[in-house]
Amino acid sequence: MVFLMFGLFLLANIPDQTVFVKRTKLFAQPAFWPILSIGLMTVFAALHAISSFVSPRLDGRWQEVTFWLRSLEYVIWFMVYVAIVPLAGYLFSTILFTVTITYRLGYRGRQAWMAATGSAVVIVILFKSFLQVKVPGGEIYELLPTALRSFMLTYF
Amino acid sequence: MDALFSGLDLIARWDVFLALMVGSVGGVIIGAIPGVGPAVAIAILLPTTFAFEPLVGLVMLLGIYGSSMFGGALPAILINTPGTAVNALTTYDGHPMTKAGDARRALALAYSASLFGGLLSVLALILLSPLLAMIAPHFGSREIFLAALMGIILVVLAHRGQIFAAGMLAAFGIFLNTVGLEPVKYTQRFTFGQDWLQSGFDLIVVVLGLFALSQAFVLLVQKDETPHPQPVRGSLLNAMKEFLGHKRVATVAGGFGVMMGMIPGVGEFTAQFMSYTYAQKTSKNPDAFGKGSPEGLIASEAANNAVPAAAMIPLLALGIPGEALTAMMLSVFYVHNVIPGPQLFQNHMDFVYALYISMIILNLIVIVFLLSSTNILIKIIQIPTRFLGVLILTLSFVGVYSLRNSVVDCAMSAGFGVLGLVLKRLNLPVVPIILGMVLGGIMEVKLRSSMARVKSPLDFVDRPIAAIIAVMILIIIGLHIRTMIIEHRNKLREDEISHDVEDSQMR
Repeated sequence: MVFLMFGLFLLANIPDQTVFVKRTKLFAQPAFWPILSIGLMTVFAALHAISSFVSPRLDGRWQEVTFWLRSLEYVIWFMVYVAIVPLAGYLFSTILFTVTITYRLGYRGRQAWMAATGSAVVIVILFKSFLQVKVPGGEIYELLPTALRSFMLTYF
Repeated sequence: MDALFSGLDLIARWDVFLALMVGSVGGVIIGAIPGVGPAVAIAILLPTTFAFEPLVGLVMLLGIYGSSMFGGALPAILINTPGTAVNALTTYDGHPMTKAGDARRALALAYSASLFGGLLSVLALILLSPLLAMIAPHFGSREIFLAALMGIILVVLAHRGQIFAAGMLAAFGIFLNTVGLEPVKYTQRFTFGQDWLQSGFDLIVVVLGLFALSQAFVLLVQKDETPHPQPVRGSLLNAMKEFLGHKRVATVAGGFGVMMGMIPGVGEFTAQFMSYTYAQKTSKNPDAFGKGSPEGLIASEAANNAVPAAAMIPLLALGIPGEALTAMMLSVFYVHNVIPGPQLFQNHMDFVYALYISMIILNLIVIVFLLSSTNILIKIIQIPTRFLGVLILTLSFVGVYSLRNSVVDCAMSAGFGVLGLVLKRLNLPVVPIILGMVLGGIMEVKLRSSMARVKSPLDFVDRPIAAIIAVMILIIIGLHIRTMIIEHRNKLREDEISHDVEDSQMR
């Protein structure tokens, strides 16, 4: 239902954000598809809203909302990870991320640590060293001696 | 025939073979782990495959797509939890067999039915391809527009009981695709003056958020669960012989899979439903269905495995993806500037054949892997679910960040992750958003180019194929309204008779 409110809110914004270009047919107008899609979205959202108001309410709706909100914690963890990669380098930040989150989730003991570190190293080696995906080197690599630095920049 | 051989030549390379191995074995493992489906894996690997040649990248993704359902049958049968969504029907008959001590028999039947379904569909397509190559050139802009429209309508109508929500989400997807700087008249659409909205919503960012990150969030917030299936004893190969007694059910189920796979927006669930109903109606022992019927198990597995190959048809021949996984594969084509569509079938038939042949090889690799490593797989699927969440989160980062090293992309993706989590928890479908985005883009371009030559509305359907598709759309909508009216009447009648409801009316 929260999503429904969001949908309806978005619909209220239609007219401000699209442009009608002169001397162009309706079907080629840049505003044609946004208007069509938002129009359809309004109709369906309204129908969906009516049907959910008609159907009996379930207990535990607010518990469900807390479940959604609890996911935001992991959004923050994820964004912190995104922020530290360019600073600490891909390998180091990934190990830090998996180990911290594993600890946060309540897994303790040597096996959990090993699993977290091991999977981080495997992921980095697979994607960065082997598949060469585009992840920038960390700023701390600048502190390394030249030969090691270029190695780290290329592979980790 | 020449095209077939040059197709063979295309895949006779070590990198294609390696991609096939990684895709198929990886797909089985991913399919077997409950909580990670092929969509999550394909979304994560998608940006990585952009660095490969189109064939190598596609073969790997196709490997994951085609093999995940093989793997998904394993937990469905052993622990009553489908590995991928389309194995849900397998639990009906597979798990009761395990409870009766017949796990080996159930697995062997599921594997052989999957293999049969997979091979049957590829063979059907190889035979159909020349025909498609003849029809494909007649598909112009308006035909493709109408086919995409039909895909959207079907995907909305396929979500029975949630049509309003599915329609809303599909429209949301179409809307998402329009955000940003529009390439024809260079106007801003819904950018609210923000720089980061200028380039719009990248499909991959949305896909990774809705499929991978949302799944990671769900797993991380939920309670930990560790499945503990029992190892399977005895030879699976010997047990597979029983399958030969059920060829009729498997062939019909595979046939439904091929047909439903070819129609955009329909897919596995409808195919499985139809073949399961058929198997039950024609069975000598219909009461056993749902309690451990081998026919039910075969109907479910042969139908779902016949879909992937068939789903490549609208993708390759028309450039129209029928569901979320092929929609993701479409972006592999676009990145390499290979535009799937009628020209592909006319000019690059060898490429199409190469894909089909790799699907045959894929099925064989998977079956060999499963026969030899089922018990190893059982160990792998015992990863605690919350730790799995950590792994998906870490892998999703590579997927989003490697696109263009953008923090905004990651934030957007995380936002879509939360949206996906909410939708999943509300039991609302995510797929209409993705199809809305992809098909919406196709419809916009194709409608614009086709309207140039259309003077009156009837001109739009004055070509035979366009007319056929238009009539099909009308029939689909008409049939749907008819079913709704019938259901409504039945409901009224049930209310009148109140208690004396006949079983035959119940579905």
